[in-house]
Amino acid sequence: MHLLSILTFLPILGVIAVLLLPEAKKNSIRQAAMLTSGITFAVSVLLLTKFDSQTFGFQFAENSEWITQLGIGYRLGLDGISIWLVLLTTFLSFVAIAASTKIDKRVRAFMACLLILESAMLGSFLSTDIVLFFTFFELTLIPMWLLINIWGGEKRAHAANKFLIYTFAGSIFLLVGIIFLGYMQFKATGTLSFDIVKIQAQVAQGKLWAGFLGIEPIVFWAFALAFLVKSPCFPFHTWIPDTYAESPVAGVILSSVMVKMGTFGFLRFCLPLFPDAVKTQIPILAAFAVIGIVYGAAVAAVQPDMRRLMAYSSLSHMGFVLLGIFSLTKIGVMGGALQQLSHGISATILFLLIGYLAERRGSTKLEDFGGLKARTPIFAAVFLIGMLSSVGLPGTNGFVGEFLALVGAFQAGYKGFFSLGLVVVAGFGVVLAAVYLLYMFQKVFYGQITSEENRNLPDLKRSELALVGLLILFIFWGGLLPNTFLKPMEVSVDNTILMASQRPGHRPQWAEAAAADKLDEARNETPTHIKGLEASR
Amino acid sequence: MDKAFHFAVPSLDWTALLPVSIVAITGIIALIVEMLRPKHNNNLIVGVSVVGLVLAAASLIYGMTQPTFATAADMAVRDSFGTTMQLLLVMASALTVLFSEAYLRAKRIPFGEFYPLLLWSTVGGMIMSSTTNLLVIFLGLEILSISLYVMAGMSRREEKSEESAIKYFLLGAFASGFLLYGISFVYGATGSLDLNFVSAIYQSHDQTARTMLVFGLALMLIGLGFKTSLVPFHQWTPDVYQGAPTNVAAFMAAGAKIGAFAALWRVLDAFVDMGAYWIPALSVIATITMFVGNFAAVVQKDVKRILGYSSIANAGYMMVAILAYGKDHRLGHGTLTYFLLSYTLMTLGAFAVVSLQARNGRESTRLEDLNGMWRRSPLSAVALLIFMASLIGIPPTAGFVGKFLIFFDAAKAGLMPLAIVLAINSIISTYYYLAIARAAFVTDSEQTEELSVKTPSGVSGVCAVCAVGVFAVVLFYSPLVSFITQK
Repeated sequence: MHLLSILTFLPILGVIAVLLLPEAKKNSIRQAAMLTSGITFAVSVLLLTKFDSQTFGFQFAENSEWITQLGIGYRLGLDGISIWLVLLTTFLSFVAIAASTKIDKRVRAFMACLLILESAMLGSFLSTDIVLFFTFFELTLIPMWLLINIWGGEKRAHAANKFLIYTFAGSIFLLVGIIFLGYMQFKATGTLSFDIVKIQAQVAQGKLWAGFLGIEPIVFWAFALAFLVKSPCFPFHTWIPDTYAESPVAGVILSSVMVKMGTFGFLRFCLPLFPDAVKTQIPILAAFAVIGIVYGAAVAAVQPDMRRLMAYSSLSHMGFVLLGIFSLTKIGVMGGALQQLSHGISATILFLLIGYLAERRGSTKLEDFGGLKARTPIFAAVFLIGMLSSVGLPGTNGFVGEFLALVGAFQAGYKGFFSLGLVVVAGFGVVLAAVYLLYMFQKVFYGQITSEENRNLPDLKRSELALVGLLILFIFWGGLLPNTFLKPMEVSVDNTILMASQRPGHRPQWAEAAAADKLDEARNETPTHIKGLEASR
Repeated sequence: MDKAFHFAVPSLDWTALLPVSIVAITGIIALIVEMLRPKHNNNLIVGVSVVGLVLAAASLIYGMTQPTFATAADMAVRDSFGTTMQLLLVMASALTVLFSEAYLRAKRIPFGEFYPLLLWSTVGGMIMSSTTNLLVIFLGLEILSISLYVMAGMSRREEKSEESAIKYFLLGAFASGFLLYGISFVYGATGSLDLNFVSAIYQSHDQTARTMLVFGLALMLIGLGFKTSLVPFHQWTPDVYQGAPTNVAAFMAAGAKIGAFAALWRVLDAFVDMGAYWIPALSVIATITMFVGNFAAVVQKDVKRILGYSSIANAGYMMVAILAYGKDHRLGHGTLTYFLLSYTLMTLGAFAVVSLQARNGRESTRLEDLNGMWRRSPLSAVALLIFMASLIGIPPTAGFVGKFLIFFDAAKAGLMPLAIVLAINSIISTYYYLAIARAAFVTDSEQTEELSVKTPSGVSGVCAVCAVGVFAVVLFYSPLVSFITQK
């Protein structure tokens, strides 16, 4: 069973189905897209049930050659770091498609773009070949560019180009870095390969970078830069406010998943493959992350537009993810990884609600609103829940991730890994988040109704409420039972940290884990076999 | 005394000459058909040309299985490089033929002579790419160019077409002069027109001969630099591309470039011992070619001009591949060949889409004129988007793999600075490629007029072939590259 391939390419099948339908049948197009993403989500849940959380090796691995001359393969694998991101992608893609019933212009192309995006994101979370990862990573650009350009707001042309050029600029250097890494692998082993399992095996034994420790940080930065742009992290974040402000709602929801490709890149590639550079360069990255937290929060507080406010809030929240990852402590990285999910959920619910507001009112400017609570109590209630999750109130998912990330950062600070002052400053980010989010809530829902147009705003419809309710379920699930999410990633996170922090020769290897898993499987099978033999005797 | 008059008829192996002959004869047949045809129908000529090109391609693919050899007194060589280049030329020519008819009619210049000229131009390119004899290279270049001069001026009612023909002709003649002058230096140094002797003479440490070789190489590079549009010999490119009929510009961008790069490759391959002279010089030229091509393209408003500058920039990228090969001979010609293949697919495809802009004898190719293409012809708009993505180098398109290979070769050959320059230029290029894609795809004002004009089947065919090809050459990279680089 090529479960991972099926998962990755199911949305593409959906694209074909959608394109075969006539443009006039808008409802069937929407249903086909929704059905596809629903099935994809079901397949990803199936993966979760079969997932073994006791190993850090790649599971359901698929390995076949693609470009043999260059050692590029079609390799997929799932581990504790990617499992939740895969589920987040399939879930939020479903939400994004379900939330796009109001799109009436070029529905076919719209749904096709969303599904291609989903496929590309799944592919990049699942690839265990760097070039394949890069292929999927870049494949997201064109559909997203189209989404902004065709269905976007007023300044869509500017926003779309800014998005694409920024991301492309970051990733072209990633490409140079990837090629250089492949070349180093060639030098170390004599065969060319972009298989990260093989490359990491060399790194773990200290062979790959032996004698090239001076170059390692340069290649590390080629990788880090692309992921920092994508994450986004200060000072490479300037594309995100435009993208969030001008995209259609579904585009924003999916780009809130897409930014995880950046943080995922750090976990999957930067930490395991550049352990020596990580130690020296991470204090700089941590400083960027902390500046991002505080700067994002401060700028968010003065935004007149809800979407731009949310964009800067994303910058701030993703800063916590990065800070957690850069702490290189188990608690911190787990917190960061969890915060990725929380941010995905809480950003989606808020964007969804802001989208509903925009549909009803045609504006997302704070000054146009006020006193909505009286007219739309349910709307206000769910907005409050989403907002509190974003603030990080205990009991919601936002709290657990941020708290763990900060604890991890403090541990790292005490170890002298980076300055403790940084962590203290980052702590203020939590307070600032409360400031700008509560300010937004107060502006929109409390006070007097200032504008006549707001007097007759309808409350949430059932279908809208159902979608939002689904997200709220995860907010509390993540807040009250975080272990559901933490357990499966524990072993993988643990070993990723060891890969980055141990001396050469002591670093765990994906290759060994895979071999051990195979052995286990064989062992599990033998007893029944022997039992059978014994029974026959 | 006797010896001077002794002339042995060289032996001929027709497997080496067959493809060229087929294309040349097809050109003649096409011309005869043109003379006999009923007045307003070129379809038979198109049919004959396509059949001839397919036959030529078949004979080339058969030739791929043959060992390397030289024939006709070493004036024609059959090797994997030459044959692949010829295949590319035949492909470019066939694709151009396919989308030309609709364009020529729409532009109201339905001259049947176009097809024979195009075929002979292809012949010139094919001759250039499979020889090591400098005079034959020159001959091929002239056959290629003279046909192009005529074709560029084909739209006689338009001043810009005439201007473009004259400009191309004058500068082309100038370039030929440089090339010939360079060849004469090499002949003076080696006593032979064959490139294979260059290395031996250089190794013999004859200082005079060496100096002459350096001069010869420099002059030949100027001549070939014109044809490949390397900066600073590029000025004609955007003007000629803009002025010439779109299908001619397409063949110039793809076909003429293949021929010129093949010749350049042959020359530099022969002068490999003198890498110390030409590698630094051409590194500088490659760098400025990339920057000038890309920066100039950013400010352009006309699609054909943008594609002209894009072809300059791409020439710079290809130079990097050649330089890497010059530094490390083990790299082989796979990268250049693959890049040319991908470049041909995406550039020809893009020109084919642009050719849709011709209507009722007029042609408007400013960026904003593309607006609404999404409504008029959704398939070509999607194809154009794919070509632009490929030109930018977004995976999984051929353009990405082409750039990937160049980066890789550069890393292997120790040319990291050039790879970085290429990376920076790729970023700059996104801007104008996106502008083209956006113009076609996005309608700022949703005008409802001009609803779906029927796209000619030739154009949609070429779009489909190129768009599918852009992905197919990535998917089937392994068999493809082992085919084009076999010994």
